[in-house]
Order: sequence, then C-alpha cells, then structure tokens
Amino acid sequence: MNKNIVLCGVGGQGTVLASKLIAAAAMKKDIPVMSAETIGMAQRGGSVFSHIRMGEGLYSPMIAKGTADIIIGFEPGEAVRQLPYLKPGGQVIVSRRAIMPVTATLSGTPYSGDEMTAYLEEHIPHLLAVDTARACQEIGSPKVLNILLLGAAIHSGALGLTEEDLKEAIRERLPERFHELNFRALSYVRSQV
Amino acid sequence: MHREFLMGNEAIAMGAVAAGVNLVSGYPGTPSSEVLETVSKHRPESTYVEWSVNEKSALEVAAGAAYTGARSLVTMKQVGLNVASDPLMSLAYIGVKGGMVVLVADDPGPISSQTEQDTRHYAAFSKLPCFDPTSAQEAYEMIQEAFVYSERYSTPVFFRPTTRVCHGYASITVKDPSEYTEHHPEGFQKDSSKWVIFPRLSYQNHKLIEERNVRLAEDFSAYGRNHIFYETDGIFKQRGIASGGISFTYVMETLTQTGPLRLLKVATPHPFPEKLALEFLTGLDEVLCIEELDPVIERELTYLCGKYHLPTKIYGKLTHHVPNAGENTQDSVRQNILDFLKDSPEDVLPASASTYGGHAFPDNPPALPVRPPVLCAGCPHRASFYAVKAAMKGRKTIFCGDIGCYTLGNAMPLDMVDTCLCMGAGLGIAQGVGHIEPDTACFAFVGDSTFFASAIPGVVNAVYNQADMTLIILDNSTTAMTGHQPHPGTGRTMMGDIVEQINIEAVLRGIGLKTVETIDPLNHEAAVACVKQTAGKPGVKAIIFRSPCIAVTRPSGSMHVASGKCINCRKCIRELGCPALTIENGTISIDASLCTGCGLCSQLCPADAIHVDTDVEHISHDTEASKGGNGHE
Repeated sequence: MNKNIVLCGVGGQGTVLASKLIAAAAMKKDIPVMSAETIGMAQRGGSVFSHIRMGEGLYSPMIAKGTADIIIGFEPGEAVRQLPYLKPGGQVIVSRRAIMPVTATLSGTPYSGDEMTAYLEEHIPHLLAVDTARACQEIGSPKVLNILLLGAAIHSGALGLTEEDLKEAIRERLPERFHELNFRALSYVRSQV
Repeated sequence: MHREFLMGNEAIAMGAVAAGVNLVSGYPGTPSSEVLETVSKHRPESTYVEWSVNEKSALEVAAGAAYTGARSLVTMKQVGLNVASDPLMSLAYIGVKGGMVVLVADDPGPISSQTEQDTRHYAAFSKLPCFDPTSAQEAYEMIQEAFVYSERYSTPVFFRPTTRVCHGYASITVKDPSEYTEHHPEGFQKDSSKWVIFPRLSYQNHKLIEERNVRLAEDFSAYGRNHIFYETDGIFKQRGIASGGISFTYVMETLTQTGPLRLLKVATPHPFPEKLALEFLTGLDEVLCIEELDPVIERELTYLCGKYHLPTKIYGKLTHHVPNAGENTQDSVRQNILDFLKDSPEDVLPASASTYGGHAFPDNPPALPVRPPVLCAGCPHRASFYAVKAAMKGRKTIFCGDIGCYTLGNAMPLDMVDTCLCMGAGLGIAQGVGHIEPDTACFAFVGDSTFFASAIPGVVNAVYNQADMTLIILDNSTTAMTGHQPHPGTGRTMMGDIVEQINIEAVLRGIGLKTVETIDPLNHEAAVACVKQTAGKPGVKAIIFRSPCIAVTRPSGSMHVASGKCINCRKCIRELGCPALTIENGTISIDASLCTGCGLCSQLCPADAIHVDTDVEHISHDTEASKGGNGHE
C-alpha cells in the first residue's frame, strides 16, 4: 500500500516533527519511507512543506502533482496552496486557525482563513477541518497542533496508520514528559471527529 | 547491517564514519551543515571534528590531515567553495596521502543561496574527480567508495550532493559499528619535493594529472554507479535519456521502471566515463539530458558526438528542451520526457505517463497570502536595524548588508539592506561607495559568525586605507541562519570543549579602531543615541549590538496590549513588522505564542499601551524555526 502525504504550514508550526512521527510510525511497521522538507530561509515564517512517501518501488522523496493521498494543512491558506498535489478524491485535513502574514498586517491586505476553509469545504469532498484554536485552549497547550492534525488524519483513514502506531512513534521520538499531553490531544481529537 | 531513517546529509555523515574518517572540518552553509553535525554526534572518540572559521581554513585543515595519511572530509556549500578555491586549486596539483573528500552541496533553485553555480565545473576546472549521488542510500555507499578512489589515485575528490539529496530522508540500510573500517594514519613523511608547490613541480604534476584523468575516466566507465539501463521492450528504440543526481530519480519515477528506452546514469560527471557513454550513444538517434544547474552531461555527450562523428542529436538545456535555470521537479521532468517522446513514430508513451492523475479541484482558488520569510518575533536584529534607521533619519546613507538572518532586514517596513553580495562583502562595498560619495554616511552590517569568517580583512583594509564608515556588528552569539553552530566568539568548539572566546571588541581595537561601542539594541533610546554619536565621528568606527538569538535563549515573557489604552495608531505594526503583532477585529493584538517579550514595541508606543503580560505562562519556542538556513551563515 503506497501513500503520498503532504504536510504544509508556516515555518515554526511543527510540520517537521509531524513528518518525523509519521515516518517513525511507518518504520516501526517495516514500511519503506522517504520524505523531503523545507529547510532554510523559508523556515523564518515562510510557507513550508514536507512530502512523505511510504511503500515499495519508490525512487524520489518528492511527490508529483495530483498524486497525494492526503494533505495535512497546518494553516488554511497553506492547505489551499498545496491543493495541486492532491489526487482526485484525496483527503484534506486542515487547521481552521489562520496565520496572518506580516505583509498582510502591514498593507492591510485582507487575508481571511475562513475564506480559505470555506473554499476547501466547497471543493474538497473528503475534508476534515479542525478547530485547533479551541482544541489547544481546552487541552491547555498551543504545542499540540501537530498531534491534533495527525490524530485527525489517522481517523480519516487516509494515512494508513493507527492511533497506536502514532503513540508508539511519540513514545520513541519525544521526551517522556510530553507523552501524556500528546496522548490527551489524541483522545481529544478522537472524541471530536 | 540495519535500517535507519536518515536525512541524506546524515547518511553521508554515517558513511564517512563507516569509512573510518579521522578528521572532519567545515563551515556551515545550507544545504551542507547537517553532515558535520551528524559526524560530531556519532563520531568514534578518535575522530576530530571542527567548525572552522571559514571554508578556506576548513579545506586546509582537512588537507593537512590527509597529508599524514588520515582520512579527512571537508564540508561546505557551493559558494563556500569560492572561498576555499585557492587552497583547492593548488592541492589538486599536490595531491594527498590519506583519502580526502571535499563535500560541496549544490543548491538548484536556488533555495537558500546566492548563486546557482555548479560544482561539477569546479571539478573539471581543478581536474579533480567528482561523485554525484542520486539518493540518501546511494550517498551513504558512495562516500565510502569516494575515500577508496581518493587513496587509489592520491588525490582529493569532490562529493557533490544537491539540496533534495541532502535534505531528503529515507529508510536506508547502514552498517553496524562492528562493520566500520578503522583507518590508522601512518603519519606525515617529510619530502619537500612532494609537499612544497613550485612552478617546476606544478608543470610535472600537471602532465601526470592529465594522464591520470584518462585512466580515471576508463576506471569510472567500469564503476558500477555509472550505468546503462538498456531498453527491454524497445518502444523507443532510437531514443535515450541521460541523467544524474536527484533528477535521475525523477526520470525513474516517470518511467516507473526501466525498459521503454535506454537510460544513462552518470555518477561521476568528471572525469566523464567516456567509454560507457559511447556504448550508450551507439545506435541512438536522439538523447534527452536531464540534469540540474549547468548542462554538464549534455556538453560531454555533445562533445563525444563531435569527436566520434556520431549522428546522435543531444537535447537538453543548450537546445532549450529543458529549463536552463531553477530546480527540476517530478512534474517538470515528466513534462520534459513527454515532450521528448511525443512525436515519436511509434506514438506510444510509457503507461505511467499517460495515467498521470489530473486536477482534483477547480483552478480558481482565492488569492493566497504571500509569505516572504521574516525576522522572528523578538529578533534582536530588528531592534538593531530600527535603532540605526531612527538615528540616521533624514541623512544620506547607504546600508550595506551581508549574508545571514539579518539579510531579512531588507523587508518592509525596516527596509534597511541596500546591498548584499556575498559573505563579508558589505564592508568593501561601504568603503567603495564612500570613496566616490563622501557625503554619504556608509554603514556595513555584519553578523558575529560572518565577522570571523570573512569580515576581518575588510576592517583592516578600511583602517589602512582611511575609509570613513560605520561598522555595525550584529552579535547574537551564534550562527543563527544555518542552525546555531558555535563560532570563535562563542567559546565552545564542536568537540565540546569550552575555550577562550575571541573578543570582537578586542579584535577591532587591535586593528586600530578608536571607537568601538557595545550596546544592547533592545534598549531603543540608548541604542539610537549611541548610533547618532558614533556615526558622527570621522574614520572607521564600530558598534557591536549584542543580544542573543531568541532561539538560543529563554523568552522573558510576553507583551500584552491594554485595549483601553491603545489608540490604534498602529505605529508598532507600521514601524517594526514583527510577526507577533497582528490586527484582530480592527485592533492591535499580540500573539503570545510568538512574542518573546523583547519589549521593543512597548518602547515606541506613544500611548504607553503595551506592557508585560503577567498572566501568560510562556511556552518555550519551537526550535524547528531556528534550524536551517541560508547563506553560508
């Protein structure tokens, strides 16, 4: 079972860790995995992405347009930006919380995350939009954004991984003091979707 | 053997460790930096690792080690090789005893660089062998082979991955520590007829190098990673594709498998595996070359067709069949191949190419936000630029920038970088402008790591030649843009030793500067006064803005806007462009998850509406944003 996954967001949101957790979960199941991500200047608040590919017969870590099984958008505008990578009938997971670019704040150019989410709702049949702002508040930490989105991706079924797979990756990759918080985020998102 | 999920750069590092590398030196630069960092994490106790002060020093240190018979690796990004080119060109004539690999990471795009230069040209220019890996797994194995070739031919060799190989991850098969090679250097043997470069020796060695490269080209034709994948079903019998590096993986993804047409994979672009390439060309009418940066494979094949009077037509960048700038993608390569095969008499395309997925969504999405990279919230560079801007308001000025995070001072609203060329160049440019325009107040901004790497000769030049300029040193106590490597000013080495810090102020005073001020840029009023006073003095003077990078310090808290007090003048947003300052429902708001509590905005608020938020328990910043980088810094 081959999977192409695109994670996208704004530099600093935690996409890199999320892609490492997916890869670790796949490794645990002996699935070959490749990934590629933005490293460099764009990480300073620019648009960032990770491509993750799982399965046999892969040569390149990069995903071709129109072939992603799932896009996990950490920010609604960034999810829309990466849509050309989605395959027909593909799944999109998106955080509803917009991040205002400095240029938009400065120039007064309107940028509305709700408009992006509405566009996704209109055009993407398989969409899970997560109210991450509320979720983070209720869980009591803004750091669980990536786990909330990964949890939602798991429950959509499009990731091909289980919650237990992800938990194991968390146990393996993160310091113990963060385990409980992240597991709480996972059960929160399970109760919501 | 076991499997690990490794970044290409980590794979290269582990390959070097498996080859028994004794010394690794380098200067940080995206996309190369993780190689040295990974060696440092996984090195056997006897392996020496250092971040050198710049690429020239790094290459010389690695050469010295290789003179003793040690295996050495030196790492840098492509523009770093320009800095190291002097020792490199001479070393090519002298050669080495132990294996020496010069790792230079190229950056098609460019994604984080000033140029799209192609290190394969440097290989041809210096007459050195060059290895060009296609993937993390291949890079892991190839670097071990590179050491063997280096020793077999007593020459340094290039190892040239590109960004997508360096930063791509894969689950790859690696050796267990028990399988590692142990390499014990024999020691330096005095022989001035071998190690001292003189015109006579260079002439003799030049002849030997030319002869050697003929043998090397033969050898490389038999090297397994240079390979012809022959057509099996012969749909496109008279056509072939030649490729190398990451582009080769895009070709394989497009064709899904070898078979429909002949493929040449070039793993050693220099010396070119001529014999193998001739075999590939035999019987082909047309060949498409798919490579990044310059048309190196394309020129070699075109040359062979001329040399051997072959009728084969060679297509690529020179013939405008492939874009001649920017990086290739899965999609661009697919399109290049489709175009190449489109008018084939057989009119058959590989199955994968015709079943390519279509668009899943309509083509009219709402206007997407533009997100240029910006200085982080709380970045002390913002305060430094703002202080100079405020102090020099109304004056005729030029602000010469340099390479590092602070290049981002160019963005609105700061708009404080008028020029940026290469590492350390701001100093020279400021001097040149000043000699022609004496009425312009000339500033050069340079980071602490860049200061040590390449700015010191510029300061000496300015003092000696009586320039009139202000040097601004943005000292954030780290090499921030490339992922926080230590440098001579930090007092830490890559071996984990605590050493005496090299004091920038003392260096400047030693050169002869009379005015050297050190000040915290986050104290806005004092910083402005300092700039005003210092810039007014004649000659060369310096201000060191000292405040640590927010990614290496704990934030002091978060600021908060008192909504009753805020008069919504938006001066904070208009003047600073800090990503933590946003407008929510028409009023100014501070994003507590980004704000570090630097307090700069509160100092310029005319309504005294911004204060430290005592309620917010601050969350330590995501270090992800701080990894990575541009530059060499």
